[in-house]
Amino acid sequence: MIRALALVAFLIVWAAVSHGNRSLQAMNPILLPTPGEVVAVAVSLARDGSLERHLLVSSLRIAEGFGLAAVTALALGVLVGLYTPARLAVEPVIEFVRPIPPLAFLPMFLVWFGLGETSKVAFITYTTFFPMFVGITASLLRVDIMLLRAAASLGATRLQLLRRVVVPAALPGIVVALRLGFGLAIFVIVGAEFMGADAGLGHLIMEGRVFFNPAQIVMGALLLGIFGSLVNGLLLAAERRALRWRALR
Amino acid sequence: MSTVGVGGAGGARVQIEGVHKSFTLDGRSAPALIDISLEVQTGELLCLLGPSGCGKSTLLNIVAGFLPPTGGRVLVDGSPITGPGPERGVVFQEYVLFPWLTVAQNIEFGPRLMGVPAARCREITARYLEMVGLSEHATKFPVQLSGGMKQRVAIARALANSPSIVLMDEPFGALDAQTREVMQEELSRIQRVEHKTIVFVTHSIREAVYLADRVVVMTSSPGRIKEVFPIKLPETRNRFAPEFTHYESEITRVVKEEVAKVHE
Ligand SMILES: Nc1ncnc2c1ncn2[C@@H]1O[C@H](COP(=O)(O)OP(=O)(O)OP(=O)(O)O)[C@@H](O)[C@H]1O
Ligand SMILES: [Mg+2]
Repeated sequence: MIRALALVAFLIVWAAVSHGNRSLQAMNPILLPTPGEVVAVAVSLARDGSLERHLLVSSLRIAEGFGLAAVTALALGVLVGLYTPARLAVEPVIEFVRPIPPLAFLPMFLVWFGLGETSKVAFITYTTFFPMFVGITASLLRVDIMLLRAAASLGATRLQLLRRVVVPAALPGIVVALRLGFGLAIFVIVGAEFMGADAGLGHLIMEGRVFFNPAQIVMGALLLGIFGSLVNGLLLAAERRALRWRALR
Repeated sequence: MSTVGVGGAGGARVQIEGVHKSFTLDGRSAPALIDISLEVQTGELLCLLGPSGCGKSTLLNIVAGFLPPTGGRVLVDGSPITGPGPERGVVFQEYVLFPWLTVAQNIEFGPRLMGVPAARCREITARYLEMVGLSEHATKFPVQLSGGMKQRVAIARALANSPSIVLMDEPFGALDAQTREVMQEELSRIQRVEHKTIVFVTHSIREAVYLADRVVVMTSSPGRIKEVFPIKLPETRNRFAPEFTHYESEITRVVKEEVAKVHE
């Protein structure tokens, strides 16, 4: 309820400021589009089907890039979290590469993978992998040894310890890591699509700049925000359902 | 192999032979247990008493197979132990329930690992839920339970797996006085039927005299065996009988000597 009210209030303030600017001419009205203008751009793009195409292209890139990163992070995270020699070998490399801002490598991805889909997907995979990997490994390493002892004294084999204790105990941390990774995917898709893309929400935003259409820029940004919060909401709901036992206190 | 697994009644012999344990802290090694030798007979209930920090939990952890001793060894039915096993059930001082499982699922954790059929699991769970008085709380999660309720789930979980040996670390410590006496009676009833081999850590001398076949008093840290009291009382015990209070005051005297040392 409060959330809905806050949203409405934000829209009202935006409308008031942009329309006020229009009548006062404080700055060129084109630079500060009104909500109506933004909706008009969205409607006209939706009419010829291109809005749908841009949304689909971006979603697919996010899904592929994030999905690939999630699978890799899970596999490698489990290996490193459960097998100490692997951790000792992998950790230094990760810690060396991780602090480099991913955007610094974006041009390399274009050089390696060209202007097609591969470079975008690969870039999202690269960016979202590290935080997910680190989060997954940490939550596996944090599993309480007492829980493992309890299960072992009830007769659990190594495989049963993994399936019946390690996975459920680490699950909350793993889910949070995946959610973080997804948020990041939405964050970096824009950058990936700024450079040499011919479709996608990032491309739409860039096009708005090139053809000097601020309303289109704002619309692209808002769509990304809405898309991100919708998916995040879904993930949160799934998380609450799966981790019901934690919230009951 | 000892009698392992669900449905198996009866105990097994535990031999603790010259066990030493040192912990290394900041590169310095400090002894926690010194030369512990004890033999727990099949079907015997042995109580461990001693001041806080004397090494009771450490000894239990070694017998459970969680910690290797620095010296000496532990044998179960003549074979040295190499790690934890389902024939040695453990009730932890801190309960250690699986927080993502309900009360009932916690209790049937062991039987399900062993591949006991679902119908039989439900029977076992119902029986132990009833025994610890938690039938109404079967579908709750551990976060929804009080300390005493968690403790009772931990006891039910260990017993539901039918271990021949049960290692219990202050299993009734979080219970109110009334529930505690009910649980003591329940345990001694089970013991009369199932004759498990039990090592039972407690701070209550009354509890030890009520339950034990033998009471072992340990010294203050580093823990050694100070004195062993065989309790020659009938199976069903009267807490107010003169023989009972005699044991109580005798053991209290010995325990007090050691507790006083901690505060010197
Ligand atoms: N993992 C460990 N590392 C270092 N020292 C330890 C460790 N576990 C126990 N100790 C030390 O060993 C001694 C015995 O501890 P233990 O927990 O066995 O005592 P306790 O007799 O069970 O005490 P309480 O009655 O309070 O439960 C203590 O001095 C404790 O500090
Ligand atoms: Mg203890």
